[in-house]
Amino acid sequence: MSARRLAAEQPASFAFTPENLAWAKQQIAKYPAGRQASAIVPIIWRAQEQQGGYVTEPMLRVIGEMLGLSYIRVYEIATFYTMFNLAPVGRHLVQVCTTTPCMLRGSDDVVAACKKMIGPKPHTVYGEGLWSWMEVECLGACVNAPMLQIGSDYYEDLDAASTEKLLADLKSGKAPKPGSQIGRHSSEPRGGPTTLKEVKA
Amino acid sequence: MLADKDRIFTNLYGLKDPGLKGARARGDWDGTKAILAKGRDGIIDEMKKSGLRGRGGAGFPTGLKWSFMPKQSDGRPTYLVVNADESEPGTCKDRDILRHDPHKLVEGCLVAGFAMGAIAAFIYVRGEFIREREALQRAVDEAYEAKLIGKNNVHGYDFDIVVHHGAGAYICGEETALIESLEGKKGMPRLKPPFPANVGLYGCPTTVNNVESIAVAPTILRRGGEWFAGLGRPGNTGTKVFCISGHVERPCNVEEEMGLPLKELIEKHAGGVRGGWDNLLAVIPGGSSVPLIPKDICDTVLMDFDSLRDVKSGLGTAAVIVMDKSTDIVRAIARLSYFYKHESCGQCTPCREGTGWMWRVMTRMARGEADVEEIDLLLEVTKQVEGHTICALGDAAAWPIQGLFRHFRGEVERRIMDRKMARARPQAAE
Repeated sequence: MSARRLAAEQPASFAFTPENLAWAKQQIAKYPAGRQASAIVPIIWRAQEQQGGYVTEPMLRVIGEMLGLSYIRVYEIATFYTMFNLAPVGRHLVQVCTTTPCMLRGSDDVVAACKKMIGPKPHTVYGEGLWSWMEVECLGACVNAPMLQIGSDYYEDLDAASTEKLLADLKSGKAPKPGSQIGRHSSEPRGGPTTLKEVKA
Repeated sequence: MLADKDRIFTNLYGLKDPGLKGARARGDWDGTKAILAKGRDGIIDEMKKSGLRGRGGAGFPTGLKWSFMPKQSDGRPTYLVVNADESEPGTCKDRDILRHDPHKLVEGCLVAGFAMGAIAAFIYVRGEFIREREALQRAVDEAYEAKLIGKNNVHGYDFDIVVHHGAGAYICGEETALIESLEGKKGMPRLKPPFPANVGLYGCPTTVNNVESIAVAPTILRRGGEWFAGLGRPGNTGTKVFCISGHVERPCNVEEEMGLPLKELIEKHAGGVRGGWDNLLAVIPGGSSVPLIPKDICDTVLMDFDSLRDVKSGLGTAAVIVMDKSTDIVRAIARLSYFYKHESCGQCTPCREGTGWMWRVMTRMARGEADVEEIDLLLEVTKQVEGHTICALGDAAAWPIQGLFRHFRGEVERRIMDRKMARARPQAAE
């Protein structure tokens, strides 16, 4: 673990959009009566999206009031779970997996490509809010290593050149195609499956 | 090699329709009512007969686990919780089930939930799996729409399924941490006892199962426990989704029979080790938490719980991480130490302090910046962490280091000596 604290500079307020407020109420309704705290992670996640990718102190206070929880109970959730960003991030947050299975297949090159294309330092916003990058722990796509996540999508089977191309597309506003960058459908061996050839349906 | 007719996950790669129509064509939701008609004890007996051992890593018999749930309710509801917080480095099998064969999991929730008298299932998907969560939610919505689950469904057993998600914490894969997280708290493991079967989610009896364990249940119950038990080896039955990553020609997921040789698994499905079998250095056979095994053991070892335990490793999640001779093995393990340092929840002192300490020493050792005596000190510290924490994360942080020194102590010693020699040389020349 490591110390995680909210950013020094905080906005004055936070308010859910009507759509997100309605959505949050639906989330709370998924859990038994009196167990509204169960919805805290999904609700902070949605609030983080609304805020442009990070959580703020006023946001956590609003969520605490919504769920009937003291501020510290919301604060400890926001600082414990590492997908909650505690400081502003770029509009595109590039998260590179560098845990051993990705490392073995060249995640160092992917990190180098991020440094070259985005900027030298992780957790730093470059390009007037356009993007930032960071290293993350195992994202669970190890047979498609090395890989990275941008927003909701995984980009897999990367190398230095394909990462640079991907980031160049992103910069120019072209949406890169998620998934394998070498033409695999998903987790099957490159070149086609060795099994399930007789299965019709 | 396992025949296709004995494979359970027939849409593992998502080459076909993952929706309800496609799932039905593959045999899902076929005769589910007849399965429930076997009754709670009938289902649990069949699961016990199959010999299925939990697919989340520990390998606890699934049927037995289900049987721990109270037969008579004391007024509290009972819950099934499905662990889809797949985060063990090397492991990406549940991801394929969630996105490509989600109806197997949804049907499994109903069947398993019925067998333990549960009123609802909560499926906890790791936060990063956003597309996978959406795919699962689609399947759950389809099942509600078709009245397969929910109130007054066609199976005559009211049952709800809630898809929940985390936000990036490996520790939430530990069952009691997962329950804490599901209750809206930090994912810090609970002391056991009481076990979840007595006091679990919201203080109610709860069983936590891995995605794969639940998703194979309907097929086992349709084809019979004996069919499943006939595959693999005694005590290590059935099929298993293996994930083969690292230095192989064609990394992949594949469903195979338990107990097949590691070499056959790698050569048949993953195109072999990069540069040929003789270029193999070592394999981590069951996800990052299990100790590595060097090539001479890989030559003959079988892929199941007991065979790998006998060589002081483990099947874990069956995530095979292959390392060829180009690998900086010390750095590879040091990177895992960083992972455990990052993911320690901070609750128990030996783990919170020990994982950081072990990582710092491992990082120096990878560069040779250490004394040979420190190796024994490091191993001593791994022993002080192992078994002295509430959950198994402390053990999981210790084992890879122990495995490294069990088989590659000479490599670390050589680095330390080389660095010492390099520093001594200029003086000797005077």
